[in-house]
Amino acid sequence: MLLSNTEQMPGYRIVQHLGLVSGNTIRAKHFGRDIMASLKNIVGGEIKGYTELLTEARNQAIERMCHSAEQLGANAVINVRLSTSAVMSGAAELFAYGTAVVTEPLEGGQ
Amino acid sequence: MIAGAAGTGHFLVNVAVPLVLVALGFVAGRIIERRHFRSLSLREARGGPVLTNLKNLPEGRTLVSSRFCIGSVVIASDYFKFFGAKLKTLVGGRLRTLETMMERGRREALLRLRDQAARTGADVVLAVRLETSMIMRSERGGTYPAAEVIAYGTAVKTAAAAEADG
Repeated sequence: MLLSNTEQMPGYRIVQHLGLVSGNTIRAKHFGRDIMASLKNIVGGEIKGYTELLTEARNQAIERMCHSAEQLGANAVINVRLSTSAVMSGAAELFAYGTAVVTEPLEGGQ
Repeated sequence: MIAGAAGTGHFLVNVAVPLVLVALGFVAGRIIERRHFRSLSLREARGGPVLTNLKNLPEGRTLVSSRFCIGSVVIASDYFKFFGAKLKTLVGGRLRTLETMMERGRREALLRLRDQAARTGADVVLAVRLETSMIMRSERGGTYPAAEVIAYGTAVKTAAAAEADG
């Protein structure tokens, strides 16, 4: 699956638009990571456990978006946007959405 | 005797512990922040793909390949900053301490995006977007500010237009 966050897929021509596709996941932090995070809140700086957790979750949201694009028969998703929101304290929703399209390579473009 | 012990316990929990945390946050937080800024400037000076939020390739370049890239970081404030910011909201105005926290997060996320783009062999990252979401952690004593910053864009490998024609 080709991904792009611009309105075109660089190097490809869009043949057909298949509409909006999205993927989401809600993750809760777990206790062990939380202890480290509370310690980090005293001295500040990056909370690596959370960064990893959210990266992992975001990849899953993107994967789900790609999966629903595949089901529509698309081979690319353009104009991809990502967003994160804290739905409650201790849980975050990762959301990815874009437009599923069918593309073909530009002649002589590559 | 018992009442005295309870009083001391109360004093420890309500005054002494927060004071120690503020002092620890002030000293350790400052050292860690300085070290982080130094590492950021060092890595930024190393160079890499050009980041832009334009959608199109620069004039005279043609595309070779493209890839979607993401850089992200979760950054927390230290206890001193948290405490100071809380006091500052009484009078309002600029919260410098939280400004530096957000600056660290943004610069780190952009660097990670650039590193990931560099690994794919790209020389330009198009349509870069920055997004921030506050991840508040509520515990006794209030909510601790922590933010997630993500930077994403389409990393492209380009070639000079003349080269591609020939």
